[in-house]
Amino acid sequence: MSYEPVIGLEVHAQLQTRSKMFCRCSTQYAGAEPNTHICPICAGFPGVLPVVNRRAVELATRVGLALNCEISPSSRFDRKHYPYPDLPKGYQTSQYDLPLALRGHVTLGDNGQQRRIGIVRVHMEEDTGRLLHRSSPSGEVYSLVDLNRSGVPLLEIVSEPDIRSAVEAREYVTKLRQVLRYIEASTGNMEEGALRCDANVSVRPVGQAEYGAKVEIKNLNSTRAIERAIEYEIRRQIEALESGDGVRQETRGWDDAAGVTLGQRGKEYASDYRYFPEPDLPPLTMSESRRGEIHRGLAELPDARRERFVALYGLTPQDAADLTLTRETADYYEAVVAELREAAPARLAANWVRGPLFGLVNRDNLAITDARVSPKLLAELLRMLHDGEVNATAAREMLEETYRTGRSPREVAVERGLMQVSDASALGPVVRAVLERNPKAVADFRKGKQQVVGFLIGQVMRETKGTASQDTARTLLLEELSGSQAGAP
Amino acid sequence: MRPDTASLPDASIAELRALLDRREVSSVEATRAYLDHIGAVDGAVRAYLQVTEDVALQQAAEADARLAAGETGPVLGVPMALKDLISTEGIETTCGSRILRGYRPPYDATTYARLRKGGAVLLGKLNMDEFAMGSSNENSAFGITANPWDLSTVPGGSSGGSAAAVAAREAAFTLGSDTGGSVRQPAALCGVVGVKPTYGRVSRFGLIAFASSLDQIGPFTRTVEDSALVLSLIAGHDPLDSTSVPLAVPDYASALGGDLRGLRVGVPDEYFVEGIEPGVEGAVRAAIEQLESLGAQAVRVSLPSTGYALATYYIIAPSEASSNLARYDGVKYGYRSPEGEDLIETYLRTRDEGFGPEVKRRIMIGTYALSSGYYDAYYLKAQKVRTLIKAEFDRVFEQCDVIAAPTSPSVAFKLGSRTADPLSMYLSDVLTIPPSMAGIPAINVPCGFSDGLPVGLQLICKAFDEATMLRVAHAYERSTEWHLRRPPLLISVAGS
Repeated sequence: MSYEPVIGLEVHAQLQTRSKMFCRCSTQYAGAEPNTHICPICAGFPGVLPVVNRRAVELATRVGLALNCEISPSSRFDRKHYPYPDLPKGYQTSQYDLPLALRGHVTLGDNGQQRRIGIVRVHMEEDTGRLLHRSSPSGEVYSLVDLNRSGVPLLEIVSEPDIRSAVEAREYVTKLRQVLRYIEASTGNMEEGALRCDANVSVRPVGQAEYGAKVEIKNLNSTRAIERAIEYEIRRQIEALESGDGVRQETRGWDDAAGVTLGQRGKEYASDYRYFPEPDLPPLTMSESRRGEIHRGLAELPDARRERFVALYGLTPQDAADLTLTRETADYYEAVVAELREAAPARLAANWVRGPLFGLVNRDNLAITDARVSPKLLAELLRMLHDGEVNATAAREMLEETYRTGRSPREVAVERGLMQVSDASALGPVVRAVLERNPKAVADFRKGKQQVVGFLIGQVMRETKGTASQDTARTLLLEELSGSQAGAP
Repeated sequence: MRPDTASLPDASIAELRALLDRREVSSVEATRAYLDHIGAVDGAVRAYLQVTEDVALQQAAEADARLAAGETGPVLGVPMALKDLISTEGIETTCGSRILRGYRPPYDATTYARLRKGGAVLLGKLNMDEFAMGSSNENSAFGITANPWDLSTVPGGSSGGSAAAVAAREAAFTLGSDTGGSVRQPAALCGVVGVKPTYGRVSRFGLIAFASSLDQIGPFTRTVEDSALVLSLIAGHDPLDSTSVPLAVPDYASALGGDLRGLRVGVPDEYFVEGIEPGVEGAVRAAIEQLESLGAQAVRVSLPSTGYALATYYIIAPSEASSNLARYDGVKYGYRSPEGEDLIETYLRTRDEGFGPEVKRRIMIGTYALSSGYYDAYYLKAQKVRTLIKAEFDRVFEQCDVIAAPTSPSVAFKLGSRTADPLSMYLSDVLTIPPSMAGIPAINVPCGFSDGLPVGLQLICKAFDEATMLRVAHAYERSTEWHLRRPPLLISVAGS
């Protein structure tokens, strides 16, 4: 029998705000000492009240709009209760039945083969603190509570069960992350926990309408882990069905080292979160005008930008996709094109950004925005190349030097003698000298072997250390060769 | 001539203000007089959980410096005290609960901060029913408070300490909190003025929450004018409380005065029913006649959902309480059971040992009401009834400007007489809960005595119309002398 996996993902993304969701504490807690980014509000002291972070609402609305959702004119915060020491109030302020954004979608793949993954909802909530488990020298096990993360604005993005493979799940998260980064809503950094993912996986015989028993997989800390865990889980569930054991609805954790999902203990009863409307916060209203304002401020999304690059700059779909992978790269590329002022083709710029420049920054693991080759400098280099002032080999050398030092490519070319020599009066003596040193080649040419011209050009290039213009060298060589032929007895 | 400082505690805020501004008495002298008086009577009344003598004298000295610099203000240098659920930085705030014993808040409540900015002097923290749950102060984890009018009776609750302290002249004014009657009912039982402002009028930031959608902080004073002064100071939008309303605050005290001609006083049938003590009904009816003699016109009105308010309240308040009290787990502050072997056991023991029986009862009721499968039948239904109650008040306020009713169905009852029967205790608030559910303002004004114990008149107004409410209460107070009577306790102390 063949089976079909049914997958839905819940993605949590920390919003890129300066302060926390309900208080003024800084969100920049990475690397800080425990409990140094806290106040009575995010530490849940008696008598404190939440105040909604306006910026978080704006970023969440951006995400909703970017994911093609409907934005609720009035949404609400609710309290979700569960006891755990990383949750200082004993409840998480979240959104339950009236979330900020509903019914959206994400499109995967390119024009050739597109898949649309539905978004059920996008809601705001606050992050929890963290527990640090320790044991004393005598072996006593204890836990410490760090509330630096407590109250950091968090977005939960819930997909429809539209995903049909592990690869597609990874593509979905990658796409989501790309969009979140484009609109500057989240760093999307999974290693730092700014983006977290839980997967709901079930399988069913192909053709069956009902879903199979659903298993929730937690602890997926990279896109690779998402793909591997789901891959494993699909296989495990199919084997369980084939063997007649059946699949039990449960929560499982992904063990990345062992490459397996494991059942989590103590989850045998369904938890009752006792949701009810947060009485400390009035309903969250989103006026048509504010929604419009946020919509207008929304950055161009990756899909639109990719299509525009193809149409406007004549790039191949692959080039356009590579150059729009991140907003920084796309911005960089467009800045180079702007600097060129049509003095060189946009496609040439695409080749050089995608090729040599990507090569250098990837080698050094640098962000393109951190590279010392500014768009202006790269444009200068490309213009010299296009105008024939330097050849491609020289241009590469210049790029490396500019990348290393930030110096002007022209300065580098002049200093290193990389400028092409296309002046006949300068090249003439070199050409004549080469012909004198290679009588055999000259003789071969006269016997009709045209190919020796290439060899002779090579010799000229060697003499000039590559700076000679090949076109000029060829013209001069042919003039000399035919001239001496004409003058022969 | 310097006044006799021993009699200073008898002065109203307005009278003390005049003495301070004329430099006839200093804030330190006034504070010492109160501290001495607390020393003399609080052994019997036990209104205070903590007297902050050092803090008070320090703050009084600061107030004197401000006075010397030519500054003035309604409460500058005036000694006051706070119900022990208003957070005071560095000063133990217990909420009357063992679970918060030793807890020193790291910040000030907005109301306390505003009073401090105005130069008020903190004498101490006042006893209360644990987490503001109760109507007699008998649910405090730290002992009972007596009613200064009769030490064998209760002061009411949950702000019993705040009411008793003002009645016994142990502070020029106090703050309490009212969720379903916790300011008005003890004010009635102790014969003082107590105000529950409109929900959203006064910041709740720093008020340890019982039921977030109902809690409001309000003043206890001996005169209506004093309540007006304090309310003007503590009211107003607070950026730290999203439920506080950004409306300008009138100068309530300057709006007092004038007669009541043309005023329509609504008298709801449903507030004069079986269960109201005859002495209470008689005094309140007489008070309404008094309002008529001042030019007001009494109108019979009906609030048919009144009977549902109590039951509805006992769904909503415990539901919110079960959530608000979830944070007391022994991890971060307050009491932690030393017996727990693991996390769950630490949670269970801490809460079992830290909370008293009434708090546990309400946590269980609230947890049940919010459970999946019951939420719609209880919490959601209760919210719908609440909407009905609110709509009824809106309708009635088309027929009248103010509603007059008893505050409490009975005068102060004997200590211990209702502790065995929670339901009879809950009925103490049957007449104060409906305005709480509607979020509208109400005040208690002393309006007579029954069997030697104070009776309170409750005046209820529409949302944010505290000015009318205070004006009517003030007109009534000026035409009577009930507020001038002193509890017998004070007469014996004054003789000593």
